[in-house]
Amino acid sequence: MAKKNSLRSQGAVLRRVLGYIRPHLPLLVLSLLLALVSVALTLYIPILVGRAVDCIVGVGQVDFGALRTILVAIAVCALVTAGAQWLQNVINNRITYDTVRDIRRDAFAHIQRLPLSYLDAHPSGDTVSRMISDVDTFADGLLMGFTQLFTGVMTIAGTLGFMLTLSVPITLVVVLITPVSLLVAGFIAKRTYSMFRLQSDTRGEQTALIDEAVGEQKLVQAFAHEGKTLAAFDEVNERLRQCSLKATFFSSLTNPCTRFVNSLVYAGVGLAGALAAVSGALSVGGLSSFLSYANQYTKPFNEISGVVTELQNALACAGRIFELIDEPAQKPDPQDAKPLGEVRGEVALDHVFFSYTPERRLIEDFTLRVKPGQRVAIVGPTGCGKTTMINLLMRFYDVDAGEIRVDGIETRALARGELRRNIGMVLQDTWLSSGTIRDNIAMGRPDASLDEVIAAAKAAHAHSFIKRLPDGYNTVISESGGQLSQGQKQLLCIARVMLCLPPMLILDEATSSIDTRTEQKIQAAFAQMMQGRTSFIVAHRLSTIQSADVILVMRDGHVVEQGTHEQLLARGGFYHQLYESQFAQ
Amino acid sequence: MKKLLCYMKGYGRECVLGPLFKLLEASFELIVPLIVAAIIDRGILAGDRGYIVRMCLVMAALGAVGLISAVTAQYFAAKAAISFSARLRHALMAHIGTLSYTEIDRLGTSTLITRMTSDVNQVQSGVNMTLRLLLRSPFVVFGAMIMAFTIDAGCALIFAGVIAVLCAIVFGIMLATIPMYRRVQGQLDSVTASTRENLTGVRVIRAFCKEGAETEKFDRKNRLLTRMQLAVGRVSAAMNPVTYVVINAAVILLIHAGAIRVQQGTLTQGEVVALYNYMSQILVELVKMANLIILLTKAAACGERISRVLDVKTSQRDGTLAPAGDAPRGSVVFDRVSMHYSGAGADSLTNISFSAQPGQTVGVIGGTGSGKSTLVNLIPRFYDVSEGGVWVDGVDVRDMRKDELRRRIAVVPQKAVLFKGTIRSNLLWGNESATEEDLHAALSTAQALDVVSAKPLGLDEPVEQGGRNFSGGQRQRLTIARALVKKPEILILDDSASALDYATDANLRRAIRQMENPPTTFIVSQRAASVRFADLIVVLEDGHVAGMGTHEELLRSCPVYQEIFSSQFKSAAAAGKEVH
Repeated sequence: MAKKNSLRSQGAVLRRVLGYIRPHLPLLVLSLLLALVSVALTLYIPILVGRAVDCIVGVGQVDFGALRTILVAIAVCALVTAGAQWLQNVINNRITYDTVRDIRRDAFAHIQRLPLSYLDAHPSGDTVSRMISDVDTFADGLLMGFTQLFTGVMTIAGTLGFMLTLSVPITLVVVLITPVSLLVAGFIAKRTYSMFRLQSDTRGEQTALIDEAVGEQKLVQAFAHEGKTLAAFDEVNERLRQCSLKATFFSSLTNPCTRFVNSLVYAGVGLAGALAAVSGALSVGGLSSFLSYANQYTKPFNEISGVVTELQNALACAGRIFELIDEPAQKPDPQDAKPLGEVRGEVALDHVFFSYTPERRLIEDFTLRVKPGQRVAIVGPTGCGKTTMINLLMRFYDVDAGEIRVDGIETRALARGELRRNIGMVLQDTWLSSGTIRDNIAMGRPDASLDEVIAAAKAAHAHSFIKRLPDGYNTVISESGGQLSQGQKQLLCIARVMLCLPPMLILDEATSSIDTRTEQKIQAAFAQMMQGRTSFIVAHRLSTIQSADVILVMRDGHVVEQGTHEQLLARGGFYHQLYESQFAQ
Repeated sequence: MKKLLCYMKGYGRECVLGPLFKLLEASFELIVPLIVAAIIDRGILAGDRGYIVRMCLVMAALGAVGLISAVTAQYFAAKAAISFSARLRHALMAHIGTLSYTEIDRLGTSTLITRMTSDVNQVQSGVNMTLRLLLRSPFVVFGAMIMAFTIDAGCALIFAGVIAVLCAIVFGIMLATIPMYRRVQGQLDSVTASTRENLTGVRVIRAFCKEGAETEKFDRKNRLLTRMQLAVGRVSAAMNPVTYVVINAAVILLIHAGAIRVQQGTLTQGEVVALYNYMSQILVELVKMANLIILLTKAAACGERISRVLDVKTSQRDGTLAPAGDAPRGSVVFDRVSMHYSGAGADSLTNISFSAQPGQTVGVIGGTGSGKSTLVNLIPRFYDVSEGGVWVDGVDVRDMRKDELRRRIAVVPQKAVLFKGTIRSNLLWGNESATEEDLHAALSTAQALDVVSAKPLGLDEPVEQGGRNFSGGQRQRLTIARALVKKPEILILDDSASALDYATDANLRRAIRQMENPPTTFIVSQRAASVRFADLIVVLEDGHVAGMGTHEELLRSCPVYQEIFSSQFKSAAAAGKEVH
């Protein structure tokens, strides 16, 4: 049943692939025609050579006139074949790489539309590998495999046809012996499969050990554990050596064995052909053609058996990519999305229910009114779900029930972009895009002048360090901003928001990774930004918390308390407990 | 790459026999066309059926002998290659164990892992294929030419010419495409980076509504990649057709020259067929060789990377002393210590001096990058000082034997890492021969008893790689317990309580103080609460000592400490008073 399912889905995948290839259909047909031409001519040349050989029987028995005609024919055939092959290769490349480009483009565009719930739940490495290596394997395997399969089948059919025209009995010799080579190859493959399994399992075991021992080498050394680790490693290493040797050796038997079968075919054809030649049923040239065929006839068989696994592999990869592309996108923005206009910054959450998974209920019946310009502090122990609030306000996730309103408008009635443009966000996880410092600050307003960018950087206390970088504002920062410190990156993220200064803010305060001085700068920048703006702050500092208009206390994903600092302390609940724990000895 | 050859030592026999048997097989293959020629000239033309049958049997026999030699060759090649890579991995693992933190930092652990896994595998298949094919292909190519010479010198000249032209074409195309492929790879990396960046930065990109702009940027890179792939494809697509034309041109020349000689009587029809067969063999082998060379350049590059790792020598020489038994156990002295990371622009620590008596608690506090971790990493000699000296139990750590030194010290690093195994096997890292009571005591001090009792299998609960099946706080407490099992003289908690709540953190510190022989304890932290009850607090700022003393002293005299404390405490304390 499972097999049937996978077959059906393989068919579905294949149809999708064909959908991508359809625009190239004329090219594909042309490629197949060219393959047909080159296969036919490749097979025809040995016959021509055979005829040429027949023109040179012995002393004084050479027919130069006929020979020249044949040689010219060979030359023409070879040139046409070469031309067809080259053109076919170029066309196949074009089909392959264009298809790959289109699939990658669609996958990337789809990533931009995927809901955050998908991206949060799937490691980015996995998605990257789908888009890069899976697409590559697919391209190599499917299209190359497809043409190889086609030419392989053509070659076999063509060879058979040509051989039959030369001599039926000798053809039978070839047809009967060849399958032996396939049987031998299949036999070896079956026997070595378990050895390969063992090898890859052992290799996996060793890689895990290496990951651990080398990845945590400092710890290994701190506990003076080098010797024991090496001993454990050697044990796996020796096992790997033994099973690798078996797997490699036995699998490397395939080639010599099939070659042996081929040489039997060759000898068989030689015998039958020579005997036929003696009795005059076959010319010497015919024998020569036969011998060439005997050499190349078995090759496509070996290739085809390889191609089938390759094709399956390619389809599996394609399946993984389409899985990504078929992942349901987030709900599109409403057609009649309202504009927000001038935003005052009044935010209301009305009986909001939300959870990431139905089994684990999180926010239940949560209501909050925030007046324009108010500050809301969100506090709680690490991992209590403070980012959930950010996710909902930014509409990275949608509420399950209830409403979130900005200036009285339900946020789901807005285009996401419209909402997000009005909220400035600074996260603790400082992400910068690869590009110049200027590009990064101007992310929200790419048309901003350099003066505006500098003004924003100054307001964010980032100007002084940017000035000291080798190329100032044009310094290129690599992926994830490697050469900048965590604090500097945070200042850039603040400058990025400073440049647009939207009417609402979401700020995630830094906890521990920043030194006191930078932290003071960041606090000052935050304070300046929050002037007159509705702000939601994931707060760690008591000064922020105490000056907030509303404090949301979160625990295990729930909002457990809500009020001002004084109200909450007086209540003597979880907030009080959290607050007191700081003074414990 | 040459240096790696020493790991082949002892497999010389395999390395010689492998290729030798391969050549034997190839020689048999080279004889076949001669036999065919004989069949044509002596069997068919003379009508000698017996001769034909005998010769065909000889061909089959040659095939069988070839099979046996090939199998032998494969065995020796596989054995040599696989033993080689096993030794190489062992050598790498042993070598990495000798490197100091400085070298590990410089090389990077992910690089080391790649070297040990995929690079070694590439080298292994490179060695295997070299032993199998590297000699075989040229042997067949030149062998075919020599056989042609034995048949007819004039025609053999055509062979010489063709081989030269084919080599020029095959290697010319390879040389032209290798840099192009490298550029394609570079562009593919850029597409990969773009994808990864968009996944990790998805929140920011969406917050700034950059989805469209990012898609456009990606499309540009993607299209450029396609263009580069097509360009290199056009060149490499020429390889097969061009060689095909050359070989056929040679066949035409050969048959024509052969025809003239047959007419004159210097050559037979069978010999012309033999020459033609040799020509076909050359084509097959040349293509194999081109593929082999691609594989070999890859393997050589990997081998080069591996040998660069093996060339890295540790920057620390091991000491020889073990301190005398009557020296105070667990004293630590920093004497005008400066520390400069290799490759760094400035000192990470400058002129630090203090001393800790056995059993004392030393708190180290300061902002990020102030040098706290650097300071404690000098005690177990993970790094060497640039100036001054660190003394443990009255001996400069550089003079003490490393194993002796590290036996005395237990470190709980910032990142709480457990190893695959069980809770018990992890705890035993501290001390192989610890008893059940020892483990229990350590767990109890580390506030980790409830972690173990919550697990159905208790101490024998399996731990997955990296300790994934435990929460951050649980891992942290278990790593503390692991350090305590060692019963160290010196205990270093490098910001290790950050995942613990304030109350557990306080209980942990109290429990350590109440141990039977309390170790000299270094607590690195950003929290004033964690260090305020230490006997000595070292306040660091930018690698300098900004203040040193007890909590009360520092509150009076050290502005940096006051600032830290007030940011975490004072306003809270003030607010707290108002309420109560």
